[in-house]
This record gives sequence, structure tokens and C-alpha cells, in this order.
Amino acid sequence: MREDDLRQMIGRVKRGSLSRRGFVTRMVALGMTAPMATQLLAIAGAGSAQAQAGSIPAYTPTRRGGGGALRILYWQASTLLNPHFAVGTTNQESSRVFYEPLAGWATDGTLVPILAAEIPSIENGGLREDGRAVTWKLKRGVKWHDGQDFTADDVVFTWEYARNPANATTTSGSYRDVNVVKVDSHTVRVEFERPTPFWADAFVASAGCIIPQHLFSGFVGATARDAPTNLRPVGTGPYRFVSFAPGDNLIGALNPTYHGENRPYFDTIEVKGGGDAVSAARAVLQTGDFDYAWNLQVEDELLVRLEAANRGRVNIVDGGNIEFVQLNVTDPNREVDGERSHISTQHPAFRDPAVRQAMALLIDRNALQQFIYGRGGPATANFLNNPPRFNSTNLRHEFNVQRANEILDAAGWVRGRDGVRAKDGVRLSFVYQTSVNAPRQRTQAIYRQAAQRAGINLDLKSVTASVFFSADVANPDTFPKFYADMQMYTTTMPQADPQRFMNQYVSWEVSQRANNWQGRNIVRWRNEEYDNIFRQAENELDPVKRAEMFIRLNDLIVGSNHIIPLVKRPLVSASLRNLRPVLSAWDNTHWLLSDWFREG
Amino acid sequence: MIAIPSLLGISVILFTVLALAPGDPFEELATNPAIPPEVRLQLRASLGMDDPIYIRYFRWLFAMLQGEWGFSFVSRINVDQLILQRLPTTLIVIGSSQILALAIALPVGVLAATRPYSIFDQVVNTLAFVGFSLPTFFTGLLFIMFFSIWLGWLPFVYNTNITATGWQWWWEHIRQSIMPVLVLGLFQGAAWTRFVRSAVLDVIRLDHVTTARAKGLPESRVTIRHVVRNALIPVVTLVALQMPIVFGGAIVTEQIFRVPGIGSLLITAILANDTPVIMAVTFVFACLVIFFNLLADIIYGWLDPRISYR
Repeated sequence: MREDDLRQMIGRVKRGSLSRRGFVTRMVALGMTAPMATQLLAIAGAGSAQAQAGSIPAYTPTRRGGGGALRILYWQASTLLNPHFAVGTTNQESSRVFYEPLAGWATDGTLVPILAAEIPSIENGGLREDGRAVTWKLKRGVKWHDGQDFTADDVVFTWEYARNPANATTTSGSYRDVNVVKVDSHTVRVEFERPTPFWADAFVASAGCIIPQHLFSGFVGATARDAPTNLRPVGTGPYRFVSFAPGDNLIGALNPTYHGENRPYFDTIEVKGGGDAVSAARAVLQTGDFDYAWNLQVEDELLVRLEAANRGRVNIVDGGNIEFVQLNVTDPNREVDGERSHISTQHPAFRDPAVRQAMALLIDRNALQQFIYGRGGPATANFLNNPPRFNSTNLRHEFNVQRANEILDAAGWVRGRDGVRAKDGVRLSFVYQTSVNAPRQRTQAIYRQAAQRAGINLDLKSVTASVFFSADVANPDTFPKFYADMQMYTTTMPQADPQRFMNQYVSWEVSQRANNWQGRNIVRWRNEEYDNIFRQAENELDPVKRAEMFIRLNDLIVGSNHIIPLVKRPLVSASLRNLRPVLSAWDNTHWLLSDWFREG
Repeated sequence: MIAIPSLLGISVILFTVLALAPGDPFEELATNPAIPPEVRLQLRASLGMDDPIYIRYFRWLFAMLQGEWGFSFVSRINVDQLILQRLPTTLIVIGSSQILALAIALPVGVLAATRPYSIFDQVVNTLAFVGFSLPTFFTGLLFIMFFSIWLGWLPFVYNTNITATGWQWWWEHIRQSIMPVLVLGLFQGAAWTRFVRSAVLDVIRLDHVTTARAKGLPESRVTIRHVVRNALIPVVTLVALQMPIVFGGAIVTEQIFRVPGIGSLLITAILANDTPVIMAVTFVFACLVIFFNLLADIIYGWLDPRISYR
């Protein structure tokens, strides 16, 4: 789809001949994230990014409370309850029981106002047309759990708290480059240095939880760790804090002064942590001891069997996470200035596009989906993958050993006596590394088998996850070092906007010694066109152009075959049959706990 | 007196091994694209993780000497608080499993030894072999499959926040503890039964026992006063050395039944590379091992006055 077509479609939405939902669905089908599509409409002035009826399931209970206990099982255990100290999802989730942001992301990519009175848009004056500021109007009458009023001061304080380097918050990335101004007691303005197309980052979703100024202001800097509120949270959420045992369980009780009408439904909430994913699945699907179990990375076969007990069901929420293979651009076996995979080198085999093309043809994604991942891993041809109805017009995935052979033959790679192809002394024999994880080892085996049939030898290597995914500069086996010919892992897309996802292939992010291997471009691919488009997209206010740019970026990197997308990794969870959880791919599991209820 | 240098040595080794181990507590941030790498570097720096090993060690040592145990990198809570929080559950669950093990091992072992190679002895031996050959993770899963899923009698998720009161409260606690206690107790009991049996067998053939019988003492008095008391010395050593485990928890069993004990604290800390917690827990273990060794020495003296210093 070209820019003109997009403009026409937006025009149709404005005139009313195309519904917003219809527009979003089409955009999603084109490979654009749903949040992008709605923000696109918001900035183009066609309705707001605010959630419409249908974005979240209808809430039917007619009075507050009376729902009994809600019991949630996490096989990882949370250890602290300050959303701005949360390392990892588990702690974000448990903080989210008590704290709320101004808005959260529904799974269709629309913003749902939580502590905000409305979602900023150009019509309501919330968004400035030059993209340099966004004004949030706050809900009135919201009270903290201790009875104090929630005001703009708390929002401004949250910004100061999160961006203060002395507090060592994990959310500082969302706050350090913005300026926040209090307009009046219930209005704040977020100002950006540069035109910012994706404005819904600060104060939104998991990084955006607002903390009470009156309880945290005495604990800034060196004393931040001592705040009693870190373990006994006082928020605005639907449940009040009762007790917390780090690494074990968390108990909350209904908040009688909650700002949502007839909400919440449950009288108490318990979040129990620890154990393993399989028994968590059993506790919900088989014995019904718990209402909901999170992130069940369990073989789909087992889940299907447990589901047969008919007590609960498996929820699958599609997001942007993707399992993919990288083919090293640089040479992992040559040392330059004591650094392997140095950016000045070229991979002797993968520099030939024919070899990369053959590699992409040799992985049977359908088999991965069918025999390994099941519902937890639909096959895909794209790196930038978004909600369920994704269907790229540009890229397709194919498994074809014969064609791979033809391509390699034509490129002059001849089989040697051992059956492995070679050319000019370079053998097609690669070290293929990944983390220790049963599905990954099975994927490696499938890949190796197919590659063998095309005269390519893969030496499989698996590294313990805690080493592979660490940022340990001294260890040669970490994924950012990439001292192997190829590697495979899942990269996550926690944010609704692709900008921070697609920066994984810009040249200034190349992972190397100079940046302590902190760069996000692990495969070390460099492309001038990609860099240019990315830079433009960063400041492009015209959402139509920007969307087109991201689609182009996806096509560029996937088209290079230096990365080979395999399967999408949606979030899999289990819940009892009668529970109505509100889940989202772009926000925490607990993002809208206030709307969870039980039917019948 | 030898205790202090050995504790120091243990702490140096632990600290070095942990510092050399790969990974860091902020791993999860590394794979999250929403968090810029600078944030992680800053976090590391703020926790002093970029300093050389020896500086970090001395900082830890001096703090420890002043009673400052440090705080967890992951939860930012003081380590002593974390440990204390988990101590009661650990003591109850692991403690009662050890008591169960002793309650089985002592009478069964002694009875088996007084009637060597009888049918009873053979049955006990077979069961003991089966008991300590099955690893706890296997029996644990077996129990869960049988009692929780097939029969639906017992819960398999340990709940520390039981809201019931009175008898109901006790009942709930006992119900959820049955499986972990049985799994641990039977395993330990099987091993100890074998040990008690061989210790008693060693003593039962000694001359003083024959003398006691010749004097016409009743068999029960011979067994209790003259056999068991002497046979207990090696058993005490073994049990005393096992005692730190009561405080240390049982990592595998706690994980299976989601018992929030010290074992599960240790394993999550190890998985998260949370150095202060690992240091504190392992160091407490080391102290306990040394303390119980001392205790064992004192009990020897009481059991066999010849051993004690004069």
C-alpha cells in the first residue's frame, strides 16, 4: 500500500464511509501495529486514539464487590512493589495491582484512559500539531488508598522521581528526555525536545504508573530504597494492599473508594509466585485451585490435554515477540584488535547473498509451528509482526530444499567429498548457537537436518540461558557478543510503537567492544537506506509516511536474509472457564484488573 | 577457635566464585528494548557492581561484621529481613520432616538390628533401599499426581496466608504440609534407618552387651541402656550435620510444592544472580554447619563421658 492509498483511507474515515475499526483492521493486515494505526488516525485528526466500545470486553457486574477471591498464579515470584524499580515483568505485574498509569493499551492497540479523564487528541486540544507536546487531563475525585487526593503534583513528582539518576529507576528511559509541566491541579503537559510521533510513552502502561508524592517525596536518592511504600504500596488501583511476602505471595483487598463505577468485582486478590509453568497450568486447568496462571511456556500438546478436563481454557494473546535466526554479518573466527565478530570483517560465507537466501529456504517454519510450538508459535515471514491478522503482501516464507540446492549450485558452491559445499576454500559449515531450552534444541535439530540435505553443515551449540542472555562483558558466549556464525532467540516488543523495536538494525547500534556490546544491532548489519529511513521515521510527524517507513524497514532487513524470522511468540495463559480476564498484548496482564470478573 | 578462620575462608571462596560466575541481576533488562542500556549500566554502578572483586569483598565483609547484611539487588530489601520472613515456614516444614524421619529411623532401625535377617529386617531393608533410591523430585511429582490430581485430597500449592481460624487453620496447614513433609521425611528416614541399623548391629555384638544379658537384665533394658546409647554416637554426628538443612530448606521439594522456604529463596537468588542474598544464605549455612558440629561434640560428651574433655 502506498502513501496515497493510506491518505484516501484516512479521508474515508473522516468522511465516515469507513469505520475506525475497519481502518485499523486493514492497517493491521498490512503489517502495521494496531497502536500505530490508531495513533495514525489520532494525529491525522480522524478520531482519537481513545478506545471505542469493543476494544475491551463489556463489564457486566452491577455492583462493587461480591465476587469472592481472585487467585492468580505466577511461576515467577515478584520481589518488590515499586513499579519504577521493577526489573522484569513479574514485578511490574504485582505493582500494577495497586498502581495505575494515566492510560493503558488495549490489545487492539487503542489507549484506554485510566487516571486520565480522556485520551489526548488534536480535536480535544491534547495533542499539539507540531508533535512537541501532549496535554493530559486527569480524572477528578480519584483518591489514593490512604485517602489523599490524586492531583497533577503526583504526576509531576513521578516524572522527577523516575528520571532522577540517584534513584536508579528502571523506567528512567521513558522520562529523562521529556519535560513535564503542571498546568493546573488536574492537567499536566509533557513536552518533547523534538517532534515526537509516539507520544504515549511517559505515564502510559507499565512504565507509567503514578506514585504518590506525599509518600515518596522523603525518599529520593540514597534513601529511595528505604521507602516503606516500596513494600507497602499506596496506589489508586482497584485493590488495596494487605500483605506481601517477597518471592512468595501478595494479597490485596477491594478498594471501596475506587474511581471506576461498580468496580472491582472481586473482594480479595491473591498473587502467588514460584514453582514451574507445568504445575501452574495444572493448578488452573486440572484442579481449578487457581483462577489464572500467567505465561505458560509449556508444550502446546500438554496444554491441549489439560484443557480437555474442561475446567479452564487457554488464552492466547498475540503480540510482537518473535523467535528468529541471525546470520552473522561479521567473521566470528577472525580477531581484529582482540575482538571477534569485529565490524570491519565480513563473514566469509554469509557475505554471499545466495548462501543467505538458501539458509532462509532451509527452515521449515510450518513444521516448527505444527510439531514444536503449536498455538504458542505461529509461523511468520516478517520481523515486525503485529496483531493476529497479519498478512504481508511483500514477503512470504518458503521451505524448499531443492531450490536452496539450485541457488547454491548456481552460485558456485560445490559439494566436497564429505558432502559439505565449499568455494574458494570457504566451507559451508556453521556454528549455530542458542540458549538451552527444549523447543530451541528441537528447532536446531530440524534446521540441521534440512541444511544437511543442501550440503550445509550446522554445528549445534546451546548455552545456559543465564549466560546467553547476560550482558557479562567477560563472557564470550553471550548473545550480544555473537561469537558464532548464527544464533537464535526471541526478541520482545514490549512497546506498542515499532521505533524501539526496529532500532535493532541501525548502524549506530552495532554491538561491539566500543559500547561494551550494549548496542542493539547484534547481527551487525549495516545499510544506508535503512539508517536514513529510520532517522526520518524518528521525527516524521506525518503518520501515514511513518507507517510506510516501518513497513519498508521490515522488508529491508528481512529481505537481506541476515535475519530469518521463524515463529511469533504470543503470550499464553490459562484461566478458569467462568473467569473473564481482560488481557492485552501491549500492556501488563494486570493492566485492567478492575474489569476482571466472573460469570455465572 | 578454628571456626573463625574457616568462616573467613568460606566467605572468600563464596564471594570469588559468585563474582566469577557469569550473568548479572539486570539480565532481563538487557533483552528489553524499551530500556536503554545506559539505564542498566547506571543501575550496576549504583549498586557498586563495577568495582573490583576485592573492594566489593571487603565492603561486604566490613558491613557483615557490623551486622549489616546488605540488601537484595533484585528486591532492594534487607537480606536479614528476607531470611527471617522465610524462616518460620522452613523450620515448620523441614523441621517436621526431620522429626518424622527420626521417628521412623530410630525405632525401625533398632528393631531391625535386634532381629537381623528376620522377615521384618528384610522388608525394612527393601523399603529403605526403595526410599532413598527415589529422588525427592520424583516422589514429589508422584504424590502430586496421586493425591492432588487423581484423588483430589491435598492441595499442591503451599499457601502461607490461610485466612481460616481455630481448628480449621490448623487443619489447612497440616493438609498442605502433608505432602512436602512426607516426601522429605520418608527420603531422609530411609537413609537414617539403614544407618541406625548398622550402628546398632555394630554395638549389639560387643562384650558389654553380652555381659549385660548374662547378668540377667531384661532384653528391653539391654537394648535401650546398653545398645542404643552407644550406637547413638555416630547417629548423632549424622543428624547434627543434617541440622543446618532444617534451616537451609530443601531446594527441590520447596520448588515443587511452592513452599516459600529458604531453599527457594536461595535458588531464585542464584537464578537472578542476586549476590548479597546468595552470600548471606550460604554464609548462614556455613555458620550453622560449624555450630552444629560443636553441638554434636557436646552431645558426645553426654552420651559417652569418656569422650569429653576433663
